[in-house]
Amino acid sequence: MNELQLLTWARGTGLDLAVAIFVLGVIWRLIEIYSLGRKKDLSAPRQVQGASGWHTVFRRSVPPPGMVKKSPVSYLGGYTFHIGLAVVVFGFAPHIKLVEGISGLSWPGLPSQFVDFVAVVTMAAMIVVLVDRLNKPVKRYLSTFEDYATWALTFLPVLTGWLAVQHMVLPYTTMLALHILSVELLLVFLPFTKLFHAFTVFGSRWFNGTVNGHKGVAV
Amino acid sequence: MSASLDKGVRVLKEVIDAPIASYFNSCVHCGLCAEACLFYTETGDPKYTPIHKLEPLRRLYEQEYTLLGRAKKALGLSKPVTDAELAEWQELVYNSCTLCGRCSVVCPVGNDIVYMVRKFREGMSASGNAPEGIKGAANRTVTLGSPMGVKLPAVKAQMRHVEDDTGIPIPLDVEGAEYMVMLSSMEIINFPEYLGAIAKIMQQAGKTWTLCSTAFEATNAGMQIGNSDLARVIVSRIVDGAERLKVKTVISPECGHAYTALRWEGANLVGRPFTFEVKHIIEVLGEFQAAGLLKTEGKETDRLTFHDPCQLARRGGVIQQQRSLMNQVAANFVEMPDAGFMNWCCGGGGGASAIEEGEELRLEAFKKKKSQLDAVKPDRLVTACANCRIVLEEGLEHYQMDIPVIGLTEMIAEHIPEQGA
Repeated sequence: MNELQLLTWARGTGLDLAVAIFVLGVIWRLIEIYSLGRKKDLSAPRQVQGASGWHTVFRRSVPPPGMVKKSPVSYLGGYTFHIGLAVVVFGFAPHIKLVEGISGLSWPGLPSQFVDFVAVVTMAAMIVVLVDRLNKPVKRYLSTFEDYATWALTFLPVLTGWLAVQHMVLPYTTMLALHILSVELLLVFLPFTKLFHAFTVFGSRWFNGTVNGHKGVAV
Repeated sequence: MSASLDKGVRVLKEVIDAPIASYFNSCVHCGLCAEACLFYTETGDPKYTPIHKLEPLRRLYEQEYTLLGRAKKALGLSKPVTDAELAEWQELVYNSCTLCGRCSVVCPVGNDIVYMVRKFREGMSASGNAPEGIKGAANRTVTLGSPMGVKLPAVKAQMRHVEDDTGIPIPLDVEGAEYMVMLSSMEIINFPEYLGAIAKIMQQAGKTWTLCSTAFEATNAGMQIGNSDLARVIVSRIVDGAERLKVKTVISPECGHAYTALRWEGANLVGRPFTFEVKHIIEVLGEFQAAGLLKTEGKETDRLTFHDPCQLARRGGVIQQQRSLMNQVAANFVEMPDAGFMNWCCGGGGGASAIEEGEELRLEAFKKKKSQLDAVKPDRLVTACANCRIVLEEGLEHYQMDIPVIGLTEMIAEHIPEQGA
């Protein structure tokens, strides 16, 4: 298989397979988690404004008072790479073209130089949070193979994408094929690893907000 | 697998629900919950990271309720939960967790970690891994009526003392009273002034109230240990008493976990909504204050600060009332850093204070309270939980800090003018 054939497979069969596993995996995992249900709370509720599941879904994106100072890298690094990933994934014109090709949906892209810059910042932030994970006793203690593997699964698409655009290290075709393959790997593993928090984070915040909102506590 | 482990695992499988599944799937091991836990911040030991305290429950969830986990288990690739592991986790689930809930309000993905610890305790208790101290307290509550072994004659003796001191009759088993007042053993034995305070406050407010001979103890060690069966027996007594006396409202005493057990867990334990309301004494005082039924004279002039019991404030939503009450009787009320919703636990809630072998760790964790107090240097410390009060007194004595601790209800009552004066 030469690089062109590899790219063709990655763009065709590979992508179909990965997207299928991703979609079915996400549906399966959501059912597996949320069909467990929960018991109705029979205690008399106390209504307080601002205390509900929906409030917590949004409010929890803001750090509680004093926490940024306690763990600045977690918050600043975390915000930077999450926002960075969103910008790179959804703001890069060729990505929008791909989505348009599949679904017909389209939106204006961001200037490629800006996306370029964001990609570098995102990778830098990810390296910083990785170093923090290795350095901070609590993070190191909690970390398992999965934490490092999912870091790599997230980092590789950004790195290969950026290298492809820069025409660095490997010929463009090969690097683009590697980029697509790394995205496919990410899609395949996302539903079955901690990366699934991308979906469950909303459910978790909602449950926390609802259970405590029942008590009139805005969490 | 031993019979007790088997039972514990069965109970754990039952308590795992959609919130728990969602929480475990959301954790990204960021470790921020550690920064919210005084057992970590004061020891620096990462094993006290709140989410880590749930590791056996997480593995069991994965092995029983996820496709991949079940496949791994079938292939013998997963690590089963063992007796030895649960025994090791006792310190993490009980001694070093007071169910204070700070972790649950800082987790960026929204995990209610303390909700999970509470559920995990069900399995720990069923598998025989609850600490002896809380087990004893729970058994005494079920067999004798209170965790400290206080029986009705002791309550009656206390009632007589209070009647002699205040000249106000203490009603017992009065049908149709508006309020049924609950006590904690700690108040019966160590802080009898609470009952006297209630008598004065109710008299001034012109409210009818009563104690109940079959349900005077509010604390619920069954809940703390994580045994819903015992917790149900204890709560049922209160429900039966309140319904027999046809009271409108049951007043939970100055005890945080008693409030949680009765106000939020009670109806779920007995399996039906209550026919009466449950309020913490501070909520009732807040209502009296708002209705102009709490008339006080004079103010304390020394420097006072308030320790928020976790179950009252962060887990119970009662935050403003105590401040407003403090301001009515204190001229020099100062707030500690992090006071209110984010207040730090005394270190002994959720049954932790009943665990003898946890004392050293408890005192270590108390350094957090010490630093809060050092920041404002109060002359006295006010709180609204008899258990916090005992734990605070122990900690203050250990660190040779001369700060008396008082209950808010009794301080309010001291400012109520004598009837007819």
